[in-house]
Amino acid sequence: MTDTMTEVAVVAFAESPRVRRNDSTTNGVEMLVPIFRQLFDTTGLTKDDVGFWCSGSSDYLAGRAFSFVTAVDAIGAFPPTSESHVEMDGAWALYEAWVKLLMGEAEIALVYGFGKSSAGLLRRVLALQLDPYVQAPLWPDSVSIAALQARLGIEAGLWSEKEMAAIAIQRRGLPESVEDLLEQPFVADPLRKHDCAPITDGAAAIVLATGARARELCERPAWITGFEHRTDSQHFGLRDLTTAASATAAARAAIGGNVDVAELHAPFTHQEILLRNALGLGDAVRISPSGGALDGNPMFAAGLARIGWAAAEIHAGRAGRALGHATSGPALQQNLVCVMEGR
Amino acid sequence: MALPLHAPLEISFDYTRSLGPTLSRFMTGLAQRRIIGSRDSTGRVHAPPIEYDPVTHVASTDFVEVSATGTVLTWTWMPRPIEGQPLTHPFAWALIRLDGADTPMLHAVDAGSASAMSTGMRVQVRWAAEPVGSIRDIACFEPLSTSETEPGGEVEPVTMVTTPIRLSYEHTASPEETRYLYGLAEGRVLAQRCPRCRKVYIPPRGACPTCGVPTTDEVELPDVGTVTTFCIVNVPFPGQRTKPPYVHAAVLLDGADIPFPHLILGCPADEVRMGMRVQAVWKPREEWGFTPQNIDHFRPTGDPDAAFESYASHL
Repeated sequence: MTDTMTEVAVVAFAESPRVRRNDSTTNGVEMLVPIFRQLFDTTGLTKDDVGFWCSGSSDYLAGRAFSFVTAVDAIGAFPPTSESHVEMDGAWALYEAWVKLLMGEAEIALVYGFGKSSAGLLRRVLALQLDPYVQAPLWPDSVSIAALQARLGIEAGLWSEKEMAAIAIQRRGLPESVEDLLEQPFVADPLRKHDCAPITDGAAAIVLATGARARELCERPAWITGFEHRTDSQHFGLRDLTTAASATAAARAAIGGNVDVAELHAPFTHQEILLRNALGLGDAVRISPSGGALDGNPMFAAGLARIGWAAAEIHAGRAGRALGHATSGPALQQNLVCVMEGR
Repeated sequence: MALPLHAPLEISFDYTRSLGPTLSRFMTGLAQRRIIGSRDSTGRVHAPPIEYDPVTHVASTDFVEVSATGTVLTWTWMPRPIEGQPLTHPFAWALIRLDGADTPMLHAVDAGSASAMSTGMRVQVRWAAEPVGSIRDIACFEPLSTSETEPGGEVEPVTMVTTPIRLSYEHTASPEETRYLYGLAEGRVLAQRCPRCRKVYIPPRGACPTCGVPTTDEVELPDVGTVTTFCIVNVPFPGQRTKPPYVHAAVLLDGADIPFPHLILGCPADEVRMGMRVQAVWKPREEWGFTPQNIDHFRPTGDPDAAFESYASHL
C-alpha cells in the first residue's frame, strides 16, 4: 500500500443513438465500433493505449452463447489484451475497471455495455433474471413486476400517478399535459405507456484513467470519489418494495456530501421518486438532464450511460459534484452509485 | 448495399435443477396440495420458504404449513398474457400473503376483470389437476369462495424440478455477413479484406479482431482449400445430420486468412489428414438459400497435400 491512493477519473464518454430498433447484430459490434472511434478521436488514444477492457452485456438478451466474446472483435484484441466481462449493466464493468486501476494494473481502461433489446420480447426475456424455482417458471414479466411496486407506493402515499406523469413529461419532453397522459390506458395498471422506459437498442462506453494520465486526456476530469454497489434479496417478499435498501446503503457509503446533479437509472417513473428518496437527494439536485432511462433504456448500457452523462456534467463545468446511478434486476433489486467531482 | 438479413431464431432448453432440502420440502408439499413455509430467526414465516435466514444466514430448519388462502397486498392487470404465464386469458399478477405467513408470494389471480381486483381482497389457491411438485401446481389464485380442496396423501419426496425455457428472437446478420450470405445464395464465396492488416476473413466481419475496424474490400474466393485441422465425430447427439464417424474440419480456402468450418466426406474418416486438399460439393442449385449449408460438404481433390508451412500460421 502506498501513502497516496491512486486517483481515477472518467475522462471520456460516448453513447450510440437511442433507437427502438437498429440494424446491429446482437453481439453489438456494429454499435461499438463507432463509439470506440468517437472515444479515440476525443482523447487521442489508440486501442494499444488501453490497458484493460471490461464489458457488460447478456447472452439471454442476445439469444446466443458467448455473444460478448464476439463483441471483443470490436476492440481489436490481437495481440492478446487484458479483458473481462460482467453479465450485468456496464456500470458494474466500470466498477471492475476502477478496482483494476486502483490496484495499479493499468492506467487506462475502456468500459462498454451494449444491448439489442429489440431482438426478443424484452419483458419476457427479463423473467429469466428472477428466482428460478418459484418465480421464473411463472414468467412474470418485468413491466408487471414494476407495476406491483408502483401500486404499493401509490397506496402508501409515497407517489401518485400525477407525479409519475409529470416526470415522464419532463424526462421525455412530451408535449401532452399531465391530464392528457392520465387519460391514456394502462399498460400494466397502474403503469401507463409513459411510465415505462422505451425498449431501446444501444451501447455506451467510458474511458477511465489514473492521475496524471487523466489530466493529459481531459481538461476537467470527473474524479471518482465514491463508488459502491449493494444488492437486495431476490425474494420480493423479503423486501420493502416501496424503497430500495441497497440504493440507500450504496449512497450512504459513496456520497459524502452534496451533489449538484444526479443521473438516475429509473426505467419506470415511480422509480425515479423512489430513488430520490432512497438516495437522499434534495430538491436542489438536478435530476437526469440527459433524459435518463425514461428517454432511452438500452439494456446493459443505460446504467453505464448514466455515469457517463453525470461525468459529462463535470467535463462541461456545469457541475462540481455529480452522481451516476445504475440498477439491475427486478424492481431495483441491485443498485450502484458512482460519485464524481471536478477540481 | 442490401439491408441486413434477419430471420426468426427459437432457442429452448429444459433446465433441470436439484432442489436442496428447503425447496424440496416446499415442492413435495405442493405435490400434496399443501404449502410449506419457513420460520426465520425473528419468528417471521415465509411462504415459499427461504433457504437461509436473512439475518443469521443459517440454513432454514423450522418449517410450518400455511394456509392456501391469503390476502392481496398489491396487484397489476395483465390484459394480454404472454407465452408461459399461468393463464392465457387476462388475469392479475399479485403479491399474496398467505394466512399463517408474514411475507408474500408472487402469483396470478384469475379474477375475470381488473375491476374485480383490489388490494386487501381475499384469495385462495386453485390447484392444478395433477400436482407434480412444481410452483405450477398452484395453477393460480382465485377470489375466495367456500369450496375447499382436501390435501392429497403422502407422495415420494420431490428433489428435482424441470423448467422448460423457450425464447424467440429476431436474429440479424451484420452488413458484412449479409453480403456473404447473398453471395452463397448465388453459389459464390465472398470474403472481405481488413483495410488495415490486409487479412482476408471468411465470413467477413463487423470488425477485424486484430484491428477493430470493419472489413471492407470484397474478395471472391475459390471453393478449394486445405484442411488445417480436424476432428472425427464418433458421438451421436440429438439433431445430428450425418451418421458417425465423420470429420468436422477447418478448411482454409485458397486466398483466405481464416479457416472455414465444414464437413469432409467422400473418403473414410481415418484418411482425412492435415494438409489434405479439398473442394466444396454444392447441393443442387434449387436447394440453395442464404446459408453455408448450400455447400453440402467438402471432398478430397486427390491433389498432393499442401506443405505444412503453407497453413502453419492459420492453425
